[in-house]
Amino acid sequence: MTAADDPITRTPAIVLEHVTKQYGQGAIILDDLSATIHPGEFVSIIGPSGCGKSTLLRLVAGLSPITSGKIAMERLTRVNARRITSFIFQDPTLLPWRTVRANVGLGLELEHAPRASRNRTVDAMLSLVGLADVADKYPRELSGGMKMRVSIARALASKPRVLLLDEPFAALDEMTRDRMNEELLRLREQHAWTVLFVTHSVAEAVFLSNRILVLAAHPGRLAHDIAVPLAWPRTAETRSSPEFDAVVSQVSRTLREVQAR
Amino acid sequence: MKQTAIRLASAVVIFVALLLLWVAVVKIFNIPSFMLPTPDLVVHAANERFASLMTSLWITSAAAAGGLAAAIVVGVLISLIFAQSRWIRRMFYPYTILLQTVPIVAIAPLILMWVGAGLFSVGLIAFIICLAPIIANTTQGLISVDRNLVDLFVMNNASQMQILLKLRLPHAVPSLFTGIRISSGIAVIGAITGELFASSERVGVGGIGYAIQYANSQSQTDYLFALVAAATALGFTFFFSMMFFEWYFLHKWHESARTAEED
Repeated sequence: MTAADDPITRTPAIVLEHVTKQYGQGAIILDDLSATIHPGEFVSIIGPSGCGKSTLLRLVAGLSPITSGKIAMERLTRVNARRITSFIFQDPTLLPWRTVRANVGLGLELEHAPRASRNRTVDAMLSLVGLADVADKYPRELSGGMKMRVSIARALASKPRVLLLDEPFAALDEMTRDRMNEELLRLREQHAWTVLFVTHSVAEAVFLSNRILVLAAHPGRLAHDIAVPLAWPRTAETRSSPEFDAVVSQVSRTLREVQAR
Repeated sequence: MKQTAIRLASAVVIFVALLLLWVAVVKIFNIPSFMLPTPDLVVHAANERFASLMTSLWITSAAAAGGLAAAIVVGVLISLIFAQSRWIRRMFYPYTILLQTVPIVAIAPLILMWVGAGLFSVGLIAFIICLAPIIANTTQGLISVDRNLVDLFVMNNASQMQILLKLRLPHAVPSLFTGIRISSGIAVIGAITGELFASSERVGVGGIGYAIQYANSQSQTDYLFALVAAATALGFTFFFSMMFFEWYFLHKWHESARTAEED
């Protein structure tokens, strides 16, 4: 097997087949959801609260068992899937007793990467997200946006092929959020990732994604699968284009319909 | 800086005022000195028997420090076991509460009878009353880790041991220090309680608890007061040393330590 053919060096597709999630005998959180996320695609998941979008992400991450159905990343075992997957949470989930540098190096440390290569990777990640100056500070000394960047740097340090993001910018102010969105796209140009992105914000979903999956609630199910036809690369100017507004209105309308039902 | 000076000055003024009040009460009500000696008599007695006072202090601090240190080590180990499962906690946690509620005065004579009087048994009594706060706080710290942080470690294929050592244990350190701070004050009380029941190996000199009992039986009220002051000072020293360690280890990253520092 050549390196290029090794499943853990390829950007995989994520295939969801008839995924159903139910906690015990309680309410059905997700009902018979099928979708394919193609390699390198950026797919946002949006929907009213209670549609199970965060649950879906936890299922893909393997953090919670599926009741029935199947989620697979091409040719990958659970352990290998985790090795190439990074999860970015809504809060930055930094370890307060570690410096920025030690936080970014956490994943590499857990997989026993040699110290020298670990330091090199951490330094590269810190300059990638513009945090080289605060490498030796503790999380409590950083602003919300900077903490989120540390969280992103940590996620990228393990060279993931799949990114799962659970409303990562929801707690940030709008300007910071817009800037983080642009940075995320800039990073994506340099890396081949398959991305699943959960958000509440239609504008954010439209700006970032190739496709938007709109979920309906009670029980959570796939209602619409909307392609975003906007050209790449997308920049701050993209947001003020009429095409952008048109897609945002379309998705908002769909979301309202889903909520009304 | 100026505020600190004012605070310090007001503390000194209040202390002096209390001493004067004490003298005034003794003079006005004509209280005999074997019942309530004036502060100068207490200082005089402390000075006169300085050597034995220091010996007593040393014996008691050794027992209290030993008991506290052992309680920290054993307490953390027990907490690590408790953190493993809810089932273990449900089975064994009630015994921790038992440890905290059993009257130490009642079991001290038993312990002395079982293991013999001496520094070891007195330290053991201090250990027993120090243990519960450390177990309770450390266990709480170990199990109250944010679920997302655990998920983060799981996503990195971390082993259970890595989760324990790199996540739960550091997360529990602030709680551990809270437990240590509570225990540091009662360690001295535990040692003195033990000494009240233990007879001394050398007549006239023993831990503070022994000396208090002896001074009382001899109606040496002035020296008794000196001993009480010494015991209080010892408790303070323990408490503030632990506060210092807490600040030293936590001030870089922990919010509570930072507030104390910047207050």
